[in-house]
Amino acid sequence: MNNALFSLPHLYILAGLVLAFVAATTALDRAHPRRFGSAFFWGFYALVFLAGDLLPPAWIGAGVVAMAVIAGLRRIAPGPHAMPALDEYVARAKRLGNRLFLPALAIPGVAVVATLLAKQASVGGVGLLDKGNPTLAAVGMASVVALGLACWLTRETPTQGLREARRLVDAMGWALVLPQLLAMLGLVFSDAGVGKAVAWVTTHYIAMDVRLVAVAVYVVGMALFTVIMGNGFAAFPVMTGGVGVPVLVGMFHANPASMAAIGMFSGYCGTLMTPMAANFNIVPAALLELPDKNAVIRAQWPTAVSILVANIFLLYFLLPRP
Amino acid sequence: MAPDVSLWPLLGVAVIIAGFVLRLNPMIVVIAAAVTTALIAKYDIAGTLTAIGAGFLKTRNLTLAIILPLATIGLLERHGLRQHAQAWIQRFRNATTGQLLIVYLAVRELFAAVGLTGLGGHVQMVRPLIAPMAEGAAEARHGTLPDKVRHRLRAMAASADNVGLFFGEDIFVAFGAVVLITTFLHGSGIDVEPLHVALWGIPTAAVAFIVHAWRLHRIDAALVRELGPPAAQADADVATTEAAA
Repeated sequence: MNNALFSLPHLYILAGLVLAFVAATTALDRAHPRRFGSAFFWGFYALVFLAGDLLPPAWIGAGVVAMAVIAGLRRIAPGPHAMPALDEYVARAKRLGNRLFLPALAIPGVAVVATLLAKQASVGGVGLLDKGNPTLAAVGMASVVALGLACWLTRETPTQGLREARRLVDAMGWALVLPQLLAMLGLVFSDAGVGKAVAWVTTHYIAMDVRLVAVAVYVVGMALFTVIMGNGFAAFPVMTGGVGVPVLVGMFHANPASMAAIGMFSGYCGTLMTPMAANFNIVPAALLELPDKNAVIRAQWPTAVSILVANIFLLYFLLPRP
Repeated sequence: MAPDVSLWPLLGVAVIIAGFVLRLNPMIVVIAAAVTTALIAKYDIAGTLTAIGAGFLKTRNLTLAIILPLATIGLLERHGLRQHAQAWIQRFRNATTGQLLIVYLAVRELFAAVGLTGLGGHVQMVRPLIAPMAEGAAEARHGTLPDKVRHRLRAMAASADNVGLFFGEDIFVAFGAVVLITTFLHGSGIDVEPLHVALWGIPTAAVAFIVHAWRLHRIDAALVRELGPPAAQADADVATTEAAA
């Protein structure tokens, strides 16, 4: 299953090499304002991708704590990047014109085609994509194909591509690592029984025998719990096990399929509103160079709250009348 | 009534909330919450570091889709991709920012609904193409944008990607969420068809599209309110005034 050409372990090595390039060029960059902190930060992160499975997890844990301390003490910063002037950009854009779109659109295009063909495709008896993670493997493969196309079109070397990748990694800074850190926290939380404690508090202090209250607790609870955990998947078993199945299905005879679908979507409303869902909210803010790290959440919360209200009414009116 | 579960793990949640309220660096906050929670769960120092390290290793897949396209996107940006995307949208004189983002929202949601979540994403689509186009369409009508407006348009472009992805993918039968739902309900002694779960997602997915499309549509009116009427229309107004004079 994992011996495919674009398997997760292979893609980890690819990502590790990109990060190792960032770390090495940072370490050699005498003009860098935070040379050693940044080099350690990216160097250790590269190591996690390249050799993470070979090291004792406690070492990785210690390194991650060190990365957090470096970020907390502001010892990580973007390096100096020589940027062409704006008119130079416009002149270059005129030269290649619409052809510039080709490699950019090749990433989603190749990814979509590869996902569709994932089951059959193989190269010399070795599967093309990781069967366990076809979408991710397809994005990885598409990135490699698109890089080749971009280098050919712009007559640049892959090394220049890596320098540009470093510029973008620098622009994101520690926000790039945050999604992984939060997912790790989610695992620690569920290990320690945070979900059980939250479910106990919600079910013991609220009058669940009123149907509108019970519906609202389930819908809003899914959203709030997702806000805390950053992930609807972590909230679903807790709220559905604590409120959905015993109260909505057990007492009010809700249709389990509609309850579960609406419940999961209520969790997604939470995802739209929380900095804990860093890869959807904080990373894009960094990537789009927005000064306010919560700008994307600010753009989303009115939509999320409206959908939540709609979900409460939807689920309420779908309950069978007594 | 005495709780039959330990409420101590909620301290980790409190650390998170306190950290974000005090606006400390999120990495420090998350590590502090993880250490607090792990120590409460009666791990020792080595056990805590192991839990952090093992969790961090297990979740590497989350960062892959961000890192891998960077070289291509960076290279194209060096050759003016963002400037070209802005100029390209300005050829369509009547295209507005709101319309552009509504189309993107629809395409993103529909593709996600048939399982093609690879089409889109903040690194591949929003930063190099959608955000510059949203800014370009607004500039064509209103001239140079103040930074505040520019930043809000970028955030709205990111929101269109998120809303489209979230509320599209959950109505795809083979998506992880539907699998998780059926597996969990089966464990609770309730059997549901994955197709029914997916179908019951459609009303909310439709609400999400309507609400967000309406908010994207209102961007155009907000731009007029803040920056004055579009250039072409302003010219027309001047012409009418002159004719009247």
